[in-house]
Amino acid sequence: MSRKDGGSAHAITVRGLTRRFGSFTAVDDISFDVSAGEVFGFLGANGAGKTTAIKMLIGLLAPSAGEARVAGHDIGTDAERVRQRIGYMSQRFSLYEDLTVRENIALYGGIYGLSDAEIRARGDALLEGLRLAPHADALVRSLPLGWKQKMAFSVAMLHEPAVVFLDEPTGGVDPVTRRQFWELIYAAAARGTTVFVTTHYLDEAEYCDRISIMVDGRIGAIGTPDALKAEFGATTLDDVFVRLVRGAGAAAGA
Amino acid sequence: MSALPVVVEGLGKRFGATTALDGVSLEVRPAELYGLVGPDGGGKTTLFRILTTLLVPDAGTATVLGRDVVRDLWEIRSRVGYMPGRFSLYGDLSVEENLRFFASVFGTSLEEGYSVIAPIYRQIEPFRDRRAAALSGGMKQKLALSCALVHRPELLLLDEPTTGVDAVSRREFWDLLDELRASGLTIVVSTPYMDEASRCDRVALLQGGRVLAIDAPAAIGSRFPRALFAVRARERAALLAALRAFPHTASAFPFGTTIHYSDARGGMAPAVIAAELRGHLAAFALTDVDVAPVAPGIEDAFIELMGTAGAEAA
Repeated sequence: MSRKDGGSAHAITVRGLTRRFGSFTAVDDISFDVSAGEVFGFLGANGAGKTTAIKMLIGLLAPSAGEARVAGHDIGTDAERVRQRIGYMSQRFSLYEDLTVRENIALYGGIYGLSDAEIRARGDALLEGLRLAPHADALVRSLPLGWKQKMAFSVAMLHEPAVVFLDEPTGGVDPVTRRQFWELIYAAAARGTTVFVTTHYLDEAEYCDRISIMVDGRIGAIGTPDALKAEFGATTLDDVFVRLVRGAGAAAGA
Repeated sequence: MSALPVVVEGLGKRFGATTALDGVSLEVRPAELYGLVGPDGGGKTTLFRILTTLLVPDAGTATVLGRDVVRDLWEIRSRVGYMPGRFSLYGDLSVEENLRFFASVFGTSLEEGYSVIAPIYRQIEPFRDRRAAALSGGMKQKLALSCALVHRPELLLLDEPTTGVDAVSRREFWDLLDELRASGLTIVVSTPYMDEASRCDRVALLQGGRVLAIDAPAAIGSRFPRALFAVRARERAALLAALRAFPHTASAFPFGTTIHYSDARGGMAPAVIAAELRGHLAAFALTDVDVAPVAPGIEDAFIELMGTAGAEAA
């Protein structure tokens, strides 16, 4: 099944989502949809409201207004179900360094509620796919960074989530490992998993099917990388981002 | 004694079983903006720590401003400015207190150093009474740069100054480095991000503790040895598989919105290769296929050089 078949199913639906902290509105009435099997980049300047929005989408923070459905469940009324249907990988802190590769798999499999048989079968498939089988009993601490990151992604996918959230997934890795990582992401997306990527790096955003850019709590722009470049008359997404954010910040100052 | 600000010859450093630097040699010219570009584990931070006399090398030699990094450490320390990769200011001190502290450590004062840091410091001066910990990422970075410059160093060493800050702050930071370089300061800056390399006069590509290449950014891309094409289709995973099934593929890997493809056959006109590729791809279930020749960039060259030097992982 192609992830581009225009399927009607939205993995993420956001309508008027808002979060206030006292008199400060961190996320201000945002609305967007992400299709099943889409690789969606979620960008914004420091302090634009990205982290607050993501915390709401993964069920860790209640909205002040508006609503969102993730993997078919309402984040306000069904946050527990949302958390069971998503995976999450942050840049470096997803795995336990003092546990072995296999122990990490068993730990996360258990947390996600997999049976022992499922943990064994999926764990073996994971080790096989990443060619990590010879290192199954090595401490994660001893693995090269690139291996750790590919493994962290695969562990976040262990319970076959509908949506996986990735925070700066390829920061700091070498260009070859980076491409192997994106191939893992594309393969997951082609199987129907929705991939939600947050990053500061616009060249990383180029790998996404569609991106949105948050500015001052709102969605300032949304579209495919090529469409955004055309819309802003820019040759790179970096230029799109700078124009958008500088335009908004001109009044507020540095 | 050399007039070059930095001369490194055959530098080696091991930590237990890990080789952090393996025979690194490079030279930085006066008033140059010199980039150390490479992934984590490439050796960038170890090299900075040796240049700032915080580590002693196991092999090779290094001179900074004509002084030996092992013998003349105290003189070097007073003449270089160093901004480490991790935020290293005092979070409980205010902006101004941090600056006064760093100035006093170097036996000078904020007032004496003011003219040097003014272009940067003026942007954060309105917040001079704010605790450093409460600053935004971009402002912390400007304060750290001010603290590294307040004693008027002759050489500025910046270890991944733009990691974790957004694209706007990052661009402003590189603009500041341009101004400092124009004033005659020599700057060595590291980054894991290939797209930032283009802001440097010259770069050294570092991988696994070794130098893959040293050149001007534009010249490094031209080291890519084959014709390169940017290929698009809506179905990216399927496109990649289709390209790898082509019998003449030398390399095919994701590159932003496209797949970069290079052809193993030499001496063929790009237009001919492109036409053959289109013919090959027509047999697959792909939509909106596009094949266009593209100029190789630093990242393409880096991947190629890594392949010849031995990649980290299978």
